[in-house]
Amino acid sequence: MALSSNTSTVRLTSTGPATHIRVTINGTAVEADVEPRTLLVHFLREQLGLTGTHIGCDTTSCGACTVHLDGKAVRSCTVLAIQTDGRAVRTVEGLEEGGKLSPVQAGFTEQHGLQCGFCTPGMMMTATAFLQKNPNPTEAEIRDAIRGNLCRCTGYLNIVKAIQSAAEKMRAPGGSP
Amino acid sequence: MSVSPPHVDGGMGQRVQRKEDARFIRGKGTYIDDVKLPGMLYLDIVRSPYAHAKITAIHTDKALKVPGVLAVITGKDLDAHKLAWMPTLMSDRQMVLPVDTVMYQAQEVAAVLAETRYAAADGVAAVEVDYEPLPVVVDPFKALEPGAPVLRPDRKEQSNHIWHWETGDKAGTDALLRSSAVVVAQDLYIPRIHVSSIETCGCIANWDGVNGKLTVWMTTQAPHAIRTVYALVLAGAGIPVPEANIRIISPDIGGGFGGKVPVYPGYVIATAASVLTNHPVKWIEDRSENIQADSFARDYHIHAEVGATKDGKVTALRVKTLADHGYTDAAANPSKFPAGLFHIITGSYPFAKAFVEVDAAYTNKPPGGIAYRCSFRVTEAAFTIERMIDRLATQLHIDPAEFRLKNFIPPEAFPYQSALGWTYDSGNYGGALRKAMELIDYPALRAEQAEKRKQGELMGIGISSFTEIVGAGPAHTFDILGIKMFDSAEVRVHPTGAVLARFGTKSQGQGHETTYAQILAEELGIPVGQIKVEEGDTDTAPYGLGTYASRSTPTAGAAAAMAARRIREKAQKIAAHLLEVSPADVEWKDYAFRVKGVPSKSKTMAEVAFAAYTNPPPNSEAGLEATYYYDPPNMTYPFGSYICVVDLDKETGQVHIRRFVAVDDCGTVINPMIVEGQVHGGLTMGLAPALLEEIQYDAQGNIRGGSFLDYLLPTAVETPHWETARTVTPSPHHPLGAKGIGESATVGAPAAIANAVVDALAPYGVTHIDIPIHPWKVWAAIHAGKAAKGG
Repeated sequence: MALSSNTSTVRLTSTGPATHIRVTINGTAVEADVEPRTLLVHFLREQLGLTGTHIGCDTTSCGACTVHLDGKAVRSCTVLAIQTDGRAVRTVEGLEEGGKLSPVQAGFTEQHGLQCGFCTPGMMMTATAFLQKNPNPTEAEIRDAIRGNLCRCTGYLNIVKAIQSAAEKMRAPGGSP
Repeated sequence: MSVSPPHVDGGMGQRVQRKEDARFIRGKGTYIDDVKLPGMLYLDIVRSPYAHAKITAIHTDKALKVPGVLAVITGKDLDAHKLAWMPTLMSDRQMVLPVDTVMYQAQEVAAVLAETRYAAADGVAAVEVDYEPLPVVVDPFKALEPGAPVLRPDRKEQSNHIWHWETGDKAGTDALLRSSAVVVAQDLYIPRIHVSSIETCGCIANWDGVNGKLTVWMTTQAPHAIRTVYALVLAGAGIPVPEANIRIISPDIGGGFGGKVPVYPGYVIATAASVLTNHPVKWIEDRSENIQADSFARDYHIHAEVGATKDGKVTALRVKTLADHGYTDAAANPSKFPAGLFHIITGSYPFAKAFVEVDAAYTNKPPGGIAYRCSFRVTEAAFTIERMIDRLATQLHIDPAEFRLKNFIPPEAFPYQSALGWTYDSGNYGGALRKAMELIDYPALRAEQAEKRKQGELMGIGISSFTEIVGAGPAHTFDILGIKMFDSAEVRVHPTGAVLARFGTKSQGQGHETTYAQILAEELGIPVGQIKVEEGDTDTAPYGLGTYASRSTPTAGAAAAMAARRIREKAQKIAAHLLEVSPADVEWKDYAFRVKGVPSKSKTMAEVAFAAYTNPPPNSEAGLEATYYYDPPNMTYPFGSYICVVDLDKETGQVHIRRFVAVDDCGTVINPMIVEGQVHGGLTMGLAPALLEEIQYDAQGNIRGGSFLDYLLPTAVETPHWETARTVTPSPHHPLGAKGIGESATVGAPAAIANAVVDALAPYGVTHIDIPIHPWKVWAAIHAGKAAKGG
């Protein structure tokens, strides 16, 4: 084995021209230099330290990396960081408001909608965006809404219950997603 | 005097919300890829496009010119440090990186070390490897034919046959089957599948050359065992690091299911790279690498024969199996069990005789033979016996429920010794099946089915009344690399009555932080909120064999109870000192130490704990803590009865699960919410191989289904609305009566689904269909049946 150089610095990506972007992340304005090929999920996790967004596959199949881009659920493994320039990104770290769990977060813990917790952030982001569109869903509609988010632990039933419970909380007076 | 029942907050049997959720729902878990160290380098792996080939050259020059790439590591580099091969748990050996030959597609060929994740991937793309393809052996039957290419010329046997294993009474079984009125025989294939936890595997190795200390964060279900393996492998490589200077940290684990038990080559390469560079090195595999190269599960080709008397009582069971182990036997079994606990194939039935044999073969596929959310080969066994019981019932024209009820080992027969010599601890199989039949209204379903058949509709009802064997295991029989399969708990009660408890197991989603705390709450009378559970750091946790095979509650859960009882013994003396009576006059009752006959004179555990540090009895040792290494006297035998109702689409062959009722019995329940969650998840991982998942290879050894695009995990849409219930038959030998629940449903569900589909296809003369039951198989069975009937 031959070492080609010595290093002690760790950058997110290899050397290449960086692009300057301005993004609102969980309500806070962020400016950063990113290599154009940088995926949003790597930007969030490694450059911003927001490690709640997870990577579960390499084919946009599992949904673990789901975040909101301008309020819409997207797979952050299939969005380039530079595509978020001038836009708003919300991650699992931005679900809690004022130190209070969101209805979806509360639903997940109350209904035992998570086990290992790895798919959970993506699942909750999908559920949150879905409930904003459909505040009173049927079980079939919930199952269809989360079909792009794989969970290996729970068998989905308690996730469905968690989302139903969140929907009830949101429909209650003063509730919000 | 209080009239409310004695209560401790969060004790046994309560639906306590999980402690671990607080961080997970906020995105604040610490999974392997979340760990970031200063100066950390990244490792990525070059993999083989061929299933079997000679490596004639590895060209690294272009890769080394990629900005950020520091090094390319090959098998020859590792060989210089005697690290090109490593031992497996089953006395075989496995390549870390090949010196000259690759044995399966996607095998590690070289590793690129770089400053960044992206540079490492760029480097992988720039490494050029020259191969000379070699003949490929994919079919294990062909592997054993004379003249087959010898895949492992390094072994003195010069054969693709790895081992033969057998158990039972061959002559007695042969004789009894000969004299049985009815014998059914069936070939069953239990396909190769992959656990595919949503988090893949990875590690960060950090060699501290100054202090001679190696720390490895690793996605492992068994950190202590890994530490010992590391100490042995490093010593073998001429890098003697005292085991006390090796620290394995298993952080939050994003699902394990057995896939995070093995030592994968990536861990070893990253460790070697860290030792060579004095930098922390991170290796995280991507999903395709995970599916294509990490250990697989199952791949058993089974021929089963089961006999019965003419009035429908089971007699004997004979099973011959060929196991495809890939290019090395890297199964994760206890040392004495090359075919795991396949012995449980006698299931819930009183066979008088049984004989089981397994032969293992090498092929050009990745190694494995690990679990898929089931104890060692237990699903293979349970699926086979439950399928065969249905075959027998059909042959005898007896309803499959009636046939089971007529044959079950009766409750009064426990502890029951099986035909293969295992002592089932407790069971009430009829109770579970009758409960499931009642919940689903079995007679009404059969009536509906008869009506539907008249209309030409395909509805099926399938039953599976499985028995599991978990909780490995008793020291006299169970070890891994000689280390007995005990597990441990270390419990410290602090002066304020708070508890810190550490365990040798490692949760991967099972909720140990909550359930162990509930056991201690119950045993110590301390609220669950005051109890903190830690696992996964070998520098702090007591030695244990880890979490797999549903062993945590049977072993470490028992250790928690026993450690707490040791604490109570000492605490009783302190309480007596405080109450100014003799220890013999004090009893532990209703979560406090009370003076016998004067229960209002009492001391809580918190009061005792404070005294243990501030006012210990004269001539006694201060402090209040205990450690317990629990050696289970027997395995535990969870069981259950599942009933599945399916409707088949005759045009497309699609299987629709209409209802699925699961009655489980795992003995005493610690947290009913968690138990139900474990069953839901297990059922879904039972559905998966029954209807969806299989890893196939073409004749050249190319993997078909190497990513989530074509290896189909169940989504919320394919997964039915599970209906669960339970019976409670405590284990007589476990201190809490608990048996373990993580895997029951994975073991029990596939046969219920397969039996339901076969039942639906009965009008076409179908008696068996191999899993996964993809629509084309159903469609083909319907059309073959029609052709046979001349329709």
